[in-house]
Amino acid sequence: MDLLEYQGKQLFAKHGIAVPSGEVAASVDDAVAAAERIGYPCAIKAQVLIGGRGKAGGIKIAQSQEEAREHAGAILGMDIVGPHGEGPFRVDQVWVEGGSDIASEYYASVILDRGEKRLLAMVSAKGGMDIEAVAAEDPEALVKRHIDPTRPFTAESARPIVEHAGFDEDVREQVAEVLAKLAEVAAAEDATLIEVNPLIVTAGREVVALDAKVTIDGNAVYRHEDLAAVADTADDPQEAMAKEKGLTYVKLDGNVGILANGAGLCMSTLDVVAQAGGAPANFLDAGGGSKAEAIVDALTVIVSDPKVTAILFNIFGGITRCDEIAKGIVTASQQMNLQLPLVVRLDGTNSEEGLKILAEADLPNLSQETTMLGAAKRVVELAGGNG
Amino acid sequence: MSIIVGEETKLVVSGLTGREGSFHGLRNQAYGTYLAAGVTPGKGGQDVEGVPIFDSISEAVSERGANTSMIFVPARFAAPAIDEAIESGVHTVIAITEGIPVLDMLKTYWKAREAGVRLLGPNCPGALSPGKANVGIIPAQFFDPGPIGVVSKSGTLTYQIGNELKQAGTGNSSIVGIGGDPIIGSDFIDILELYEADPETELIVMVGEIGGDAEERAAEFIAAEISKPVVAYIAGFTAPPGKQMGHAGAIISGSSGTAQAKKDALEAKGVRVGESPTETARIAVEVLRG
Repeated sequence: MDLLEYQGKQLFAKHGIAVPSGEVAASVDDAVAAAERIGYPCAIKAQVLIGGRGKAGGIKIAQSQEEAREHAGAILGMDIVGPHGEGPFRVDQVWVEGGSDIASEYYASVILDRGEKRLLAMVSAKGGMDIEAVAAEDPEALVKRHIDPTRPFTAESARPIVEHAGFDEDVREQVAEVLAKLAEVAAAEDATLIEVNPLIVTAGREVVALDAKVTIDGNAVYRHEDLAAVADTADDPQEAMAKEKGLTYVKLDGNVGILANGAGLCMSTLDVVAQAGGAPANFLDAGGGSKAEAIVDALTVIVSDPKVTAILFNIFGGITRCDEIAKGIVTASQQMNLQLPLVVRLDGTNSEEGLKILAEADLPNLSQETTMLGAAKRVVELAGGNG
Repeated sequence: MSIIVGEETKLVVSGLTGREGSFHGLRNQAYGTYLAAGVTPGKGGQDVEGVPIFDSISEAVSERGANTSMIFVPARFAAPAIDEAIESGVHTVIAITEGIPVLDMLKTYWKAREAGVRLLGPNCPGALSPGKANVGIIPAQFFDPGPIGVVSKSGTLTYQIGNELKQAGTGNSSIVGIGGDPIIGSDFIDILELYEADPETELIVMVGEIGGDAEERAAEFIAAEISKPVVAYIAGFTAPPGKQMGHAGAIISGSSGTAQAKKDALEAKGVRVGESPTETARIAVEVLRG
């Protein structure tokens, strides 16, 4: 679960990391009122879960009430596309914070290194810019050290990392403390990624986190009451509906609705549909052991996307029983009076019973295929042009 | 031979008195796995269909000679249950439970390493050695004994590929699901190493998916350490780029974690990568039969 900048900063403040004071606002009037309380200059920052906000025009400095109104008006409601084409992400909230007098911009992060099975601390004196570019062009400038999982990570443990990064001497101790606190945030809040870019040194020589990118482990949200409150940020109506029904659904741009069981098989189904020349409309993993009722829910979510012109069921029953899936398909088609073409491929546990149930129901819009590739080709034909 | 589980496996199931634990534990037993005991704290002395229940895993080890533990405990209690298994004296722990907090697993991973205990999972379907033993939730009916070792991040995708291999008239030495969580006890390379040493395994099929850099690491390992042919499949070419947060992930591994990056890394080391599960099975059979 990714946190918005201001939510990350609230976590930082809770653990004693200096952040600029600010307020979150969802309307232009509220943003202006916040700016008036905070004073000028102040920064008005789009709150979206994507990098590259600044370049996209999502961060502006206001010197006056008029500018605050103008910038808040421009940023609220804008659509921000990520640097790799992600999104667009609609801006529903801005964070208004006091302007900072920046002397230097650094970089600091603590992240879970899956391969090494350790947390990794990284710092650089070259902050405020694309850190991937720094890593590629000047790898020496990015200092990386794994954190010993068997010992507490203190400012003292952080000091050697900081020494190597070439920070101004008078702020090294502060940066070491910040790094230790980032590791504390990771452990205490179940964060698997914490990135501060930039970590600034103010003219008054104070080290302040000017940005916050925090990812919380979704498996651990249950033990953080304050984070559970921010957990639900799904902005897409189909995704919100799926979440409510306990399904794993990701909306895509195409017109071929897809339902499979298991994340791996579902991803593989998207791939073979794309290889057959089709465009998947969604990822929907019905999970292991799906019952008839879950299929009704899943179909409801899929057809609520108006782009969908045909639907593919790709089921390989392990724990999942194909007869249950077949019952779900029949029930859902009748309940929903479904007209869209359905292509069904059932294999695995109880597939013969499942195929029999489908044959007896004799749904006019349903075609069966015996292989995954055959089913992909068929559904692409039936879906027609790339809606 | 075979790997992880086999005729020598003496299984103890934590959570055997639960609904899922009893269903799958007894199913594993029906397949031929020796189910030595179940463990549920406070229920010691009871039995599930004649299988004795103990209060702790160490009791199951000392009383029944259990050497392999399967964890079917709910997520919130699973990491302590895995820790208990690591300290109990079993040599292998297979954690099926899904949804364990990642940083808990980080600590547990290192406990297993220090104790020299093999940990598979969590959030994995387990391991099956066809004709010998099944520990976990893999539906055994889709797999026949044979010379192909399978290692996979994904459950259903493995069943799909295994079934295609069976239809092509071949089978498997073992099927090992390593799980798709960020922190898992055994990575591709750990399992590849076991298959390399297993005389029954002639060819290895590796099934990966987007995220992390385990496939890239495996590519390096295959080039350096594996003499047997490896055929791979990667799922997720059309997966959306996702809501990317920060760039620290890519910096660590030097890989974007995309399916294409993984395919390229494997092919650069001479591993053939199938376009679909069907093609992957076809290539495996073709390589096997020379």
